[in-house]
Amino acid sequence: MLSVIYAILFYVATILLVVGVAMKIRKYARTPAPLKIPTTPAPTTTGGVVLRMFREVVFFESLFKSNKWIWLFGWAFHMGMWLVLIRHIRYFTYDIWWWVQLAQPFGTYASFAMLGGLLGLWARRILVERIRYITNPSDHLMLALLVAIVGSGMMMRFVVHTDILAVKAFMLGLMRLRIETLPGDPILLVHLGAVAVLMIIFPISKLLHAPGVFFSPSRNQVDNPREVRHIAPWAKKLES
Amino acid sequence: MAADGDDIPKLSHPLEIPKLKCGAMEGLQPFIAAPEHQEKLGFPGELVPNWKEVALAKMAELAEKNRAFQVYLDACVKCGACTDKCHYFLGTGDPKNMPVARQDLLRSVYRRYFTFAGKYFPSLVGARDLTEEVLQEWYSYYHQCSECRRCSVFCPYGIDTAEITMAAREIMDAVGMGQKYSNEIIGKVKDVGNNLGLNPKALAATLEDLEEEIEDDTGISVRLPLDEKGADILLVTPSADFFAEPHIDGLIGYAKVFHEAGVSWTLSSYASEAANFGLFIGSYENMREIALRIRKAAEDLGVKRIIFGECGHAWRVAYSFLNTLAGPFDFLDPKYPVPQHILEFTWNEIQKGTLKFDKSQNDHIKLTYHDSCNVARASRMGDEPGGQFEIPRNVIKAVCNYYYDMDRSTTHESTLCCGGGGGLLTDDLMELRKKGASPRMTALQEVTEEHGVTHMAAICAICKTQFSKVMPAYGYDMDSIVSVHQLVSNAIILTGQDGDDDDSEDETEAA
Repeated sequence: MLSVIYAILFYVATILLVVGVAMKIRKYARTPAPLKIPTTPAPTTTGGVVLRMFREVVFFESLFKSNKWIWLFGWAFHMGMWLVLIRHIRYFTYDIWWWVQLAQPFGTYASFAMLGGLLGLWARRILVERIRYITNPSDHLMLALLVAIVGSGMMMRFVVHTDILAVKAFMLGLMRLRIETLPGDPILLVHLGAVAVLMIIFPISKLLHAPGVFFSPSRNQVDNPREVRHIAPWAKKLES
Repeated sequence: MAADGDDIPKLSHPLEIPKLKCGAMEGLQPFIAAPEHQEKLGFPGELVPNWKEVALAKMAELAEKNRAFQVYLDACVKCGACTDKCHYFLGTGDPKNMPVARQDLLRSVYRRYFTFAGKYFPSLVGARDLTEEVLQEWYSYYHQCSECRRCSVFCPYGIDTAEITMAAREIMDAVGMGQKYSNEIIGKVKDVGNNLGLNPKALAATLEDLEEEIEDDTGISVRLPLDEKGADILLVTPSADFFAEPHIDGLIGYAKVFHEAGVSWTLSSYASEAANFGLFIGSYENMREIALRIRKAAEDLGVKRIIFGECGHAWRVAYSFLNTLAGPFDFLDPKYPVPQHILEFTWNEIQKGTLKFDKSQNDHIKLTYHDSCNVARASRMGDEPGGQFEIPRNVIKAVCNYYYDMDRSTTHESTLCCGGGGGLLTDDLMELRKKGASPRMTALQEVTEEHGVTHMAAICAICKTQFSKVMPAYGYDMDSIVSVHQLVSNAIILTGQDGDDDDSEDETEAA
């Protein structure tokens, strides 16, 4: 019964995540940017823009310029998350890829960076007057959800192990449209339930910053307005 | 708590973060546009009865037409990186002048009507209904943003509050609640050709006076031609350059540079305005209409190049948008970028060695340079990114012996707005202008204490007017703000001029 509920939950969550984000990306991609508005100094070539975007999403360059504390906590959380996600690939492939093997020890301890980052960001929301002012209840809930995911994951990794082979079998089963038995450990159920919730709210929450950053005109435009004429389709119609 | 107009904040550092003063600037609103000014721009004369529906329809339209609007409303995670970056927040302490909070005034309404979370869980995500109070709040705080883009430099997603402010002003215009200052001026450009409403006759007389003045000063006849067909260069400059101080000294500088470079040039009475206030109100259509005047002037006069005078937002519209709004300019000489900045021209001539200077003519001045916000963060000069910082400084150093930069956290891409940009250069917002200038003024005071700096140069008509108005409140003379080409004008030695002591122009600066 539990296995069926979680199986359905994950199918629904996956569909909502994939379809929801795809629809948002389609919307962003189809909405024209009528004017050239890169924040300058900006790269004058497409290659330069790729590099700028790379620095932005890998090093959080602008955030670093802005505020070292937010950068430290935010960057630690996100980079930790990537390592942890890479480590989790092992539960979705029958044979574990060599580079996932390689990331295993890093992915394990990266969870501390994630947790530290989250708690740091949360502390700022409470302690810094300006950030408290701009914080909505949903911002606290998002942090609570992420802390629940990371905390329950760390519990299973470092304190109370679950039957991880059974979990893997369950996930591999889902990918082949079969429902295997999921262990009934409460911590595991919290972990997976919270992950499913995160997947579901992704396309309707501020998590849209992830695809959004790639569509930000102030970061993804090439600084070449004098050389190349930029015009939106709706603006072109004004000319006829 | 109503703020006192004279309580200028004393900052210990230009970027000192104030304690939050909720509601400090709540009551401040600029005058509302009269029906005639509204209608000339194609907006309803006064608040329409069904304003709420109109506003929401406009918001939906903007989300369809402008990716920045859509992405910026969605992507913010409220990290707080921008909260201490706005000069109006630093100067007033009003939390609604923090960039993210300013965006949220509109984002909260967008969420309520256009997102799942806001429709079903409004209080969770800070969504709210569009009410009369919200509209009034928009009118207050979207006229306390100078669209300077400083926040967008520091946002991890590049969210530019200027884009949200422009959208909000567009929505307010659409419901009949426009701002008098910007909309009246746009009307004047459409009627007469410039922000001042200066007609061709008055303009011609002004230019003649200037020619006489230059000849009296130097003994050399330097022309300031108007509407001369067949000239090579069309100079488009802010109309403040025709009458205001120190702007006019900059115009004299351009004329002398053109004279020495031996090029033929002209001003146009039809396009006698570089500034494009269509930008301030976020109206593509109005911005386009104003930009097309420049194209028409260039075609009618048969020029080969277009050069813009010293003006910040004008240069943004010129550099970044002119090709979009009024291009393609394939009828001009392809050897030159369209348009060019006067500083690109002057720096080029300096490098070619066609201009001779006596730098000691500026020795009574110890100088710093204020990077104008829209030049710094929304445009470029020259071929390399960052040319907009280097070229003005190169020119200044070629004509002045004493130059000192202000704190790096307040210059280049991190420059602070003068406090009067983006359609706020109006007396009804004087309190905001004075307070918003305090971070820049504090940075200036630092270099005055450290190096004895006496003057600050700028390349924007708004900066110049704003500083000449607010600098006295900070202990400087109103003529402590100077045009860059005023410095060029002081130092340039015209061919045949007396007292020509032939200083080398590549002499290194003393600083």
